[in-house]
Amino acid sequence: MARSTGDDAITLFHSLRSAYTATPKNLKIIDLYVAFAVSTALIQVAYMAMVGSFPFNSFLSGVLSSVGTAVLAVCLRIQVNKENKEFKDLTPERAYADFILCNLVLHLVIMNFLG
Amino acid sequence: MGEKPNQANPNSASAIAAAPAGSKSSDLLSRHFSIRSLKLKTKEQELLLRVTVLCLVYVLAFITRLFSVLRYESMIHEFDPYFNYRTTLFLTEKGFYEFWNWFDSESWYPLGRIIGGTLYPGLMVTAALIYWTLKVLRFAVHIREVCVLTAPFFASNTTLVAYFFGKEIWDSGAGLVAAALIAICPGYISRSVAGSYDNEGVAIFALLFTFYLFVKAVNTGSLAWSLASAFGYFYMVSAWGGYVFIINLIPLYVLVLLITGRYSMRLYVAYNCMYILGMLLAMQIRFVGFQHVQSGEHMAAMGVFFLLQVFYFLDWVKHQLNDTKLFQAFLRITVTSAVVVGTVALGVGTASGYISPWTGRFYSLLDPTYAKDHIPIIASVSEHQPTAWSSFMFDFQILLFLFPAGLYFCFKRLTDATIFIVMYGLTSMYFAGVMVRLILVATPAVCLISAIAVSATIKNLTQVLRAKPKIVHSGFSKGGSSAKTSSKGSLDQSQPFGKNGAIALLFGAFYLLSKYATHCTWVTSEAYSSPSIVLAARGAHGNRVIFDDYREAYFWLRQNTPPDAKVMSWWDYGYQITAMGNRTVIVDNNTWNNTHIATVGRAMSSYEDEAYEIMVSLDVGYVLVVFGGVTGYSSDDINKFLWMVRIGGGVFPVIKEPDYLVNGDYRVDKGAAPKMLNCLMYKLSYYRFGELTTEYGKPPGYDRARGVEIGNKDIKLEYLEEAFTTSNWIVRIYKVKPPKNRW
Repeated sequence: MARSTGDDAITLFHSLRSAYTATPKNLKIIDLYVAFAVSTALIQVAYMAMVGSFPFNSFLSGVLSSVGTAVLAVCLRIQVNKENKEFKDLTPERAYADFILCNLVLHLVIMNFLG
Repeated sequence: MGEKPNQANPNSASAIAAAPAGSKSSDLLSRHFSIRSLKLKTKEQELLLRVTVLCLVYVLAFITRLFSVLRYESMIHEFDPYFNYRTTLFLTEKGFYEFWNWFDSESWYPLGRIIGGTLYPGLMVTAALIYWTLKVLRFAVHIREVCVLTAPFFASNTTLVAYFFGKEIWDSGAGLVAAALIAICPGYISRSVAGSYDNEGVAIFALLFTFYLFVKAVNTGSLAWSLASAFGYFYMVSAWGGYVFIINLIPLYVLVLLITGRYSMRLYVAYNCMYILGMLLAMQIRFVGFQHVQSGEHMAAMGVFFLLQVFYFLDWVKHQLNDTKLFQAFLRITVTSAVVVGTVALGVGTASGYISPWTGRFYSLLDPTYAKDHIPIIASVSEHQPTAWSSFMFDFQILLFLFPAGLYFCFKRLTDATIFIVMYGLTSMYFAGVMVRLILVATPAVCLISAIAVSATIKNLTQVLRAKPKIVHSGFSKGGSSAKTSSKGSLDQSQPFGKNGAIALLFGAFYLLSKYATHCTWVTSEAYSSPSIVLAARGAHGNRVIFDDYREAYFWLRQNTPPDAKVMSWWDYGYQITAMGNRTVIVDNNTWNNTHIATVGRAMSSYEDEAYEIMVSLDVGYVLVVFGGVTGYSSDDINKFLWMVRIGGGVFPVIKEPDYLVNGDYRVDKGAAPKMLNCLMYKLSYYRFGELTTEYGKPPGYDRARGVEIGNKDIKLEYLEEAFTTSNWIVRIYKVKPPKNRW
């Protein structure tokens, strides 16, 4: 059982990798940004685990800014992806403008919340 | 074909537009100018009709709430609005920074209250903004006028939002009917009359606005609309504690969509953007603080957030792999790890106490019997009692049976939007059944769903009527929805009735709707327009008698007591005493400190000497009681006394409720319990009352509110002296004597 799961995992990994290389370049850039933002959030959580969570609002604003911008980037990726039929009427420029606006609001609130 | 509708429409258009603005159109007609000569196309006629109806509904929603302003004067009603008024006054005088950091030493003596951190600022900031805007435009109004009229103004805005929401869910006809229904619905009017300057007046607008923006975001999948809904949610959080309903309903809705398989990419975009930005914005309100990540009531939203990430990630992987077997393996690994991690996190959080359990206020909604046993203060508020059928009928009337009809129509045409409104309707109706006060939250849902029923039914009926080219006027129907139905050429054979039946049913619908309008206006006029601070009654000759005792007493306090005097009263009157009497109080309506309230309750229920010790320890200078024995006013302190005993007894076991009862009966006459006849509340209420004849033919000392002759007429006060009794004996103020000199 463990061996077949291990084999499964390896084949899984390979097929995922080959499928992923087929995605267009702009989507891969967005994915890279998402990975960066999530890793920043994880680093902050690890730091909080080490030194304690005071002041809590600063910790929350830091983590939420990383998570927030990651989530917004995923939304952008969804809207820009040509395979999504629901968004075919949405121009990439409009999607990008919405992304920028939401990020602006997000970071303004974060600045207020940092304390 | 195109000619006839154009000719039919102007007639109905001018008929409907002429009815309320009769003189205007007759003037126009007399000058041989009619709408017909404008040669408007059908679309423009529709637009004109819609705009006219919306304007009329807007004005109607405002003016139907003005009964008490016309009958009495422009004043703030009830208890809570006085606190809101006082804080708004402070905000306009001192500015936002002082307001946000305000520590008030005039209430909850000697503890004080951090007002800046314990209120929902939305209402005050809104009224202050309106006031400053009017000042910039050189309208020099007093802030009190702005406060009094804020709620009707926002009720009008709610009708507009209801129109757009109805349009989003069904069509513009349903939107118009929804706007008209919610403009006069008593369930909403009860908390938004002119003078009721309370959080709900603004909060219902914010609630409906947030829901509308969110449904729009789910329908369009646009980040801009989700951002707008996040701002709507922020406004709701700043306005009312009931925002917990939104933050639980929306995740529930997302969950339902996921389970029923109706999810789409738009849902992901809408919920995620709204949740993250909404949560961040909500945490800017000091009163809410970190509850979004720490309180059990908000965990559903976070849980659904993580679930969405996992769900859509799996969906994406499935799409990438295109191979079911590999995907199954992947699914196995991921789901087990995600579930394990999730449960462990939740378990650790709840067990360690980091995630606080549901607070009593909201837990009593899930378990209605919880408050009576554990939190008497919540149980004692009359608005928190379960709802009787009569309340539903009183507040909704025909909407009660239009609601299931609307549900039927929604289920016939299930879209993302109709699923949302069905869930909103069902959950809010459940909560409305648990607590009377929450009928207010159910009202927009009931109005919207009923509007769908009305609009769809009338549309079907008028389609029957307009089936033949000979068009019969269906201009009687409300809202002009008939004018918007395009005339269908063929008659649907499945219609079970002919044209006469349709006309009869339309008449019936019109009759019902007009009865609804009459009922709503009657209810508004009779039941929901009383200021509570000014009482009115009919005199012997049918003339109106006004009892202005409360304000008389508060102004006596303001003018005849030292500025630093402390007043002890039951918590109901705290806000009014601070706002109008301008004196420090011991407890007020915020009820944040149960022990302090229990101390006051204990003082009121003890013998005079024990009570005196408590009063001296609290520096009390004056005691205020409300007494209805002379006027028959039944919301006085003697009727509330058992709650004082219960709350006091909950903290101090020396106060036992059975001591005040006789065989389980609460009596104040000769057969009352001895402790009752000699406690402080009894003495202060009935001091000198034994000499007074209140009603012809009854002995002196006849209590008109309880309907009995009181038991202890010969009352002597040792530690207090009577300072003031209002002209109808409703409010009685006593001065606490300083301690005797020791020789």
